[in-house]
Amino acid sequence: MKNVTRRALSCYVSAMAIGLALPSAAFAAETVTIGYAVSKSGPNAGGAGISTIPNYELWVHQVNEKGGLLLPDGSRAMIEVVEYDDRSSAEDAVRAIERLATQDKVDFILPPWGTGFNLAIAPLMDRFGYPQLAATAVTDMAPALAKRWDRSFWFLGGGHDYGDALASLLGDLKEKGQINDKVAAVSVADGFGIDLIDAARPALEEAGFDLVVDTTYPAGTSDFATMISGAAGSGADTFIAFSYPPESFGLTKEAQTAGFNPKVFYVGVGGAFPIYPNVTGGIEEGVMSVGGVDAASPAIQEYFAAHQEMTGKLPDSWASAITYTTLEVLEQAIARVGLDHAAVAEEIANGTFDTVIGEVTLQDNQLRDLWLTGQWQDGQFVAVAPADRDGASDPVVPKPAWD
Amino acid sequence: MIGSLIALAALALVACGPYILDAYGIGLLIGAVSYTILASAWAMFSGPTRYISLATVAFYGTGAYTVAVLSDALPWPLVLASAAVIGGVLALVVGLSTLRLAGIYFVIFSFGLAELIRQLITWFEVSVSGTLGRYIFLDLEPRHVLWQLLSLAAVVVLITGWIHRSRIGLALKVIGDDETVAAHAGINLARTKLILFVLSSVLITLVGAIQSPRWVYVEPGIVFNPQVSFLTVIMALLGGATHRWGPVLGAVPLFLLFEWLSARFPDHFSIILGLLFIGVVFLLPDGVLAAMQKLRKKKEAAA
Repeated sequence: MKNVTRRALSCYVSAMAIGLALPSAAFAAETVTIGYAVSKSGPNAGGAGISTIPNYELWVHQVNEKGGLLLPDGSRAMIEVVEYDDRSSAEDAVRAIERLATQDKVDFILPPWGTGFNLAIAPLMDRFGYPQLAATAVTDMAPALAKRWDRSFWFLGGGHDYGDALASLLGDLKEKGQINDKVAAVSVADGFGIDLIDAARPALEEAGFDLVVDTTYPAGTSDFATMISGAAGSGADTFIAFSYPPESFGLTKEAQTAGFNPKVFYVGVGGAFPIYPNVTGGIEEGVMSVGGVDAASPAIQEYFAAHQEMTGKLPDSWASAITYTTLEVLEQAIARVGLDHAAVAEEIANGTFDTVIGEVTLQDNQLRDLWLTGQWQDGQFVAVAPADRDGASDPVVPKPAWD
Repeated sequence: MIGSLIALAALALVACGPYILDAYGIGLLIGAVSYTILASAWAMFSGPTRYISLATVAFYGTGAYTVAVLSDALPWPLVLASAAVIGGVLALVVGLSTLRLAGIYFVIFSFGLAELIRQLITWFEVSVSGTLGRYIFLDLEPRHVLWQLLSLAAVVVLITGWIHRSRIGLALKVIGDDETVAAHAGINLARTKLILFVLSSVLITLVGAIQSPRWVYVEPGIVFNPQVSFLTVIMALLGGATHRWGPVLGAVPLFLLFEWLSARFPDHFSIILGLLFIGVVFLLPDGVLAAMQKLRKKKEAAA
């Protein structure tokens, strides 16, 4: 009997101790909740797994390691994450935002991966007043969208930016007599490919090029022999593929197999992935693609190293650094003005931020200082266009032959 | 009759949801009601005929795409009407050419249909309109979407009620049990199946059309997501495709389960979905309702 009482007593005491300890601990470490719903399954999982999720995890890890998010009063608040899988379904993505905003009442919401899903959630983010820093949406509609939802920010440009930049780069090369005036282009019949080829066609024509091959193919195509042999027989010095990752890799392999060595070899999404050199068997030198980074920048080198250490793999050299930049922008805006959504949106729109891609100031809610074309040089995917921007490398043309 | 009345009363009750629930609550209702209609419409055709159709998303996506194309040009009710007509004509063409196929071939064809339509739209957008990805800017709030879905659900209740009481319902039962017997009994097999297929497809098309304003941006990759077809089948099968209220009993709990899983196990959805598929097919081949009836009969026999 006595024994039982003593045990009960000790239970009571320890319960009280825990009860006392809990509120004080919670008080000391005030938290900021950050929510996101990204595609962890379904067709979008590949892209989200490369550009979006690793950067979110890296950033949260780094911030919490520093003791939390810095707030204007100098205190720090640990980040608590609420994450959902949208299963690559727009309806699920929309519902997840409703859930994050009204059930979890998170302080900030990070956007999903891809143009479509960023657009799908934009009206809701606007209705609930959250700033949206769209890092992986490529849309020519960005200026109109930023006007429509004034707390939305668009960081990756539009199809025309990339198409035009490539055309002007090729135009310069032609002027210098490094390539002839013939271009062979293939493009995937999907959002990205269509936007880019639509922009590139008139731009190339204006630059005095003759588009001798202009083929589209459905997403998921896996046989590229005809495309490559058609391009090889066309007499063009320049081969352009506005393609998606599997096809970018397939086209590269086929070009190697067929011994097709144009002076300019350009592939679409996937060309800037860290695994691209493996795809080519280590002879990626000279291949061009979308994006690029200023490889000489210490901030970028530090970011690449941290990314590899934390996630076990290197980031891609297009959307990854931009995604990480959006997180730095958010972090710095919070440090300056606190957690109020209106104030943070205001600060993002007008402030200047120090990020891995350099100093960032948005114009009409858009990041306009972007690297639009890059090239593999000495094992790094460096930016070559716009050529007049600080940090641009000179393009290597002709591309050294495969093998 | 009483069943229909209860169902309609329940729908009316759900329609009051937006007045007491927050945005997420309404979002949940939209999802649950939409899958309930999809599963019921699917079972309307596939239950009695035993043709497993994986074409759900073909019609669902067609509905969404119709809205994306027409929402600027026409008033909303006409957009919905056009979606219904397009879905109906499509189902008619598909039905006429495929409903003579035997079971397994039909499954394969129906799965290919979604891909076929997706590629056709892509081809059209690329070579004719020169763009891919369309915007839907409509000022429809979530509660409006919910109310439209509920109205559609009411139509489904009335149609299934009518089928159960009409000659066509009887004919379907015979077809499901034995096609040869049905043919000998003078039932026009092709016509009966076709009517049901068209009806079910129009309903599915309308679900896609009504829901699409929530997505703002539509492209084939988004609206022709095969998962919609798979989830619909598993929901209908879990509840019991041959029972009138089976699809509801499958759709609502499974939808809520998936929602819970996406929060608790965001990294394992595909695996769990696969296990669930296997579980349902092995353990509850005729659905929960049938299993419960069997259990009750066993108990009665034992008593």
